[in-house]
Amino acid sequence: MHIKQELTERHVLTLTVDNEAGTLARIAGMFTSRGYNIDSLTVADISEDHTTSRITIVTRGPPPVIDQIIAQCERLIPVHKVTDLTEAGPHVERELALVKVRGTGDQRVEAMRLADIYRARVIDATVNSFIFEITGGPDKIDTFVALMREVGLVEVGRTGIVGLMRGAEGS
Amino acid sequence: MSEDFAVPEKSGAEILIDTLIEQGVDTVFGYPGGAVLPIYDALFQHKKIRHVLVRHEAGAAHAAEGYARSTGKPGVVLVTSGPGATNAVTGIADAFMDSIPLIVLTGQVATNLIGSDAFQEADTVGITRHCSKHNYLVKDPADLASTVREAFAIATKGRPGPVVIDIPKNVQVATTSTDVKRATSSRFNPAGEADYAEINRAVELLANAKAPILYTGGGVINSGPDASAALRELAELCGAPVTSTLMGLGAYPASGDAWLGMLGMHGTYEANMAMNQCDVMLCLGARFDDRVTGRLDAFSPDSIKIHIDIDRSSINKTVRVDLPIVADVGAAMRQMIEVWKGRKYKAAALDDWWARIKGWRAVDCLSYADSTQEIMPQYAIERLFAATKDKSPIITTEVGQHQMWAAQHFHFDAPNKWLTSGGLGTMGYGLPAAVGAQMGNPDALVIDIAGEASIQMNIQEMATATQYRLPVKVFILNNEWMGMVRQWQELTYESRFSESYSDSLPDFVALAEAYGWKGIRCSDPAKLDEAIAEMLAYDGPVMFDCRVHKTSNCFPMIPSGAAHTDMILHSDEVSGTMDDEAKALV
Ligand SMILES: Cc1ncc(C[n+]2csc(CCOP(=O)(O)OP(=O)(O)O)c2C)c(N)n1
Ligand SMILES: [Mg+2]
Repeated sequence: MHIKQELTERHVLTLTVDNEAGTLARIAGMFTSRGYNIDSLTVADISEDHTTSRITIVTRGPPPVIDQIIAQCERLIPVHKVTDLTEAGPHVERELALVKVRGTGDQRVEAMRLADIYRARVIDATVNSFIFEITGGPDKIDTFVALMREVGLVEVGRTGIVGLMRGAEGS
Repeated sequence: MSEDFAVPEKSGAEILIDTLIEQGVDTVFGYPGGAVLPIYDALFQHKKIRHVLVRHEAGAAHAAEGYARSTGKPGVVLVTSGPGATNAVTGIADAFMDSIPLIVLTGQVATNLIGSDAFQEADTVGITRHCSKHNYLVKDPADLASTVREAFAIATKGRPGPVVIDIPKNVQVATTSTDVKRATSSRFNPAGEADYAEINRAVELLANAKAPILYTGGGVINSGPDASAALRELAELCGAPVTSTLMGLGAYPASGDAWLGMLGMHGTYEANMAMNQCDVMLCLGARFDDRVTGRLDAFSPDSIKIHIDIDRSSINKTVRVDLPIVADVGAAMRQMIEVWKGRKYKAAALDDWWARIKGWRAVDCLSYADSTQEIMPQYAIERLFAATKDKSPIITTEVGQHQMWAAQHFHFDAPNKWLTSGGLGTMGYGLPAAVGAQMGNPDALVIDIAGEASIQMNIQEMATATQYRLPVKVFILNNEWMGMVRQWQELTYESRFSESYSDSLPDFVALAEAYGWKGIRCSDPAKLDEAIAEMLAYDGPVMFDCRVHKTSNCFPMIPSGAAHTDMILHSDEVSGTMDDEAKALV
């Protein structure tokens, strides 16, 4: 007998939650305890009175599992609203990355040239290193990081994505 | 402070007790320890709450479950930090799986010590996070009252479940004059009535079905006695047969004409065949558990499925349904009845369907080879049922073959009479649950149908029954084996009985006497009725060591991974082994 693998889809979920102790652990832990995937998770306070946070989770699973994930999130007491941006229609996704490269001579020039093409900004520079700041969809960042590997990548920090629906309406 | 000395300050412990009383709590199951001493001191001064001192915190949680399940009120548990809390975890997980409303109050080390590996510190909120419906760590006595109020609402409303409140010792001692009220309404809005468009569609499907079935579960019982009444009325109106999960027994009377018996792994042939062959399935407060569905791709392949459940996450979890309805099942059934009557639907002609059911019933799947030499376990349950049915007993069970035989051969006509660990399958549940049920129903006949292995898991609760003069009866089907394990080993592992023999058993009669109980032993089928009568006549707790045939297996059975139509009816159909796919299933 072998373990079977299933075809999965990538979905971006946003959750409006109470900003209180344990909420993040409750949600992240629910994903692990039920065997769901988390590709990325971001959380920040978004309300004027600091009572509400917004969590963006990128997850993966077969469609019925995605349905279950949403229902299980909704079951948690501090979760007020769950939106599946991937299902809801056109939306934007952005992520920020900080990318450090080291090098001199041609390598350094090439790093700078690529950064320019990808509209990455230099936010720190020494004689033999740069830190670039880049924002964009996850694909763009993946490609940029892959290119930087060729020209002296030292390390990367990524925020994980946040997303909003397009158009005038809130989710 | 000097200006408002007129406002009396109260300690966290006092606020807690006052709020429990305000929430209608009259009984608490608990066990003291360092981190809850302030609460115990406050309890000592208040005489309105009865505290039941259990002998192990697992017992407290199961007793509270038994109390809750039999009374319909939430059960309350009070335990100390660290080991007190960890001992209660099994009961919390059990209540979570079976949707039993509990409030579990745990002591915690003082807030300034949290995280320092202090004496008897455990991360109770972390440990219980995913086996409770919700949990709290209260860091300020001013938050206690509102937290407790919200906890009761969460535990009892919507799909019920256990809520844990972890209270550091300094929060119990510190005083406050304010009772900060947090708005709770927006945070928790359980489903109520169903949408009428969906109800109309459900009624239409049911009224036009040629082979309908009502598949009911624990949700009907949790919805309250009126849901059971509505189920009876709905079944009457539509003329469909009714089956139920283990957790739903009693919602529809076993003596009713439409009753098919329990479904699932050890359900009846007629219930499982009817589930397989139906054209419209109305699932009411059940959750398509793996013990019920058997092999998923062969589960009721040609039916239109309607699922009414208060918990959206239970819908489409394992089985895709055609008409999902998120609502309180009792309210939704009332709506269906109203629509049915309003539109003057007539029950469809179901004669053909009932004729087929009659054929399946004729298989007589619960029959067994009786014996005059030995007590057959099924016979013991039958006789116990015959002797007690007029007393409307509350039956609790442990986990194993005896539990399934009880579900098959003991018949329930009312809800809240059948208390068993279904989802978690916790051995050691039955005795403390019986203690809790007897506390909540002092005049009822409460019987724990037990196995000789399971009963030893919380046997210490015998002392609790003695202390509170609870006349519970423990009826042990003693087969000297962990019978259910032995059965699976016989069926799956070519009878290699690895560690399933109940060796070195205590003398249960002597044990009973040591605890101040009456002990009865019986091994002769001819004397069984007399011995049961003796047990029932005794005004006090009785442990009945019923020596039964040792190697009986529980049939019918759907082997794991098999379809409803592949039931094993008798032991001669057993091959003794299974393929790896089946072995890998629970
Ligand atoms: C706490 C716990 N441990 C282990 C099991 C696995 N298990 C299920 S039934 C069973 C045997 C029960 O034996 P007994 O109480 O004698 O009941 P019988 O099956 O013989 O009627 C075991 C070990 C369980 N359900 N619960
Ligand atoms: Mg046994």
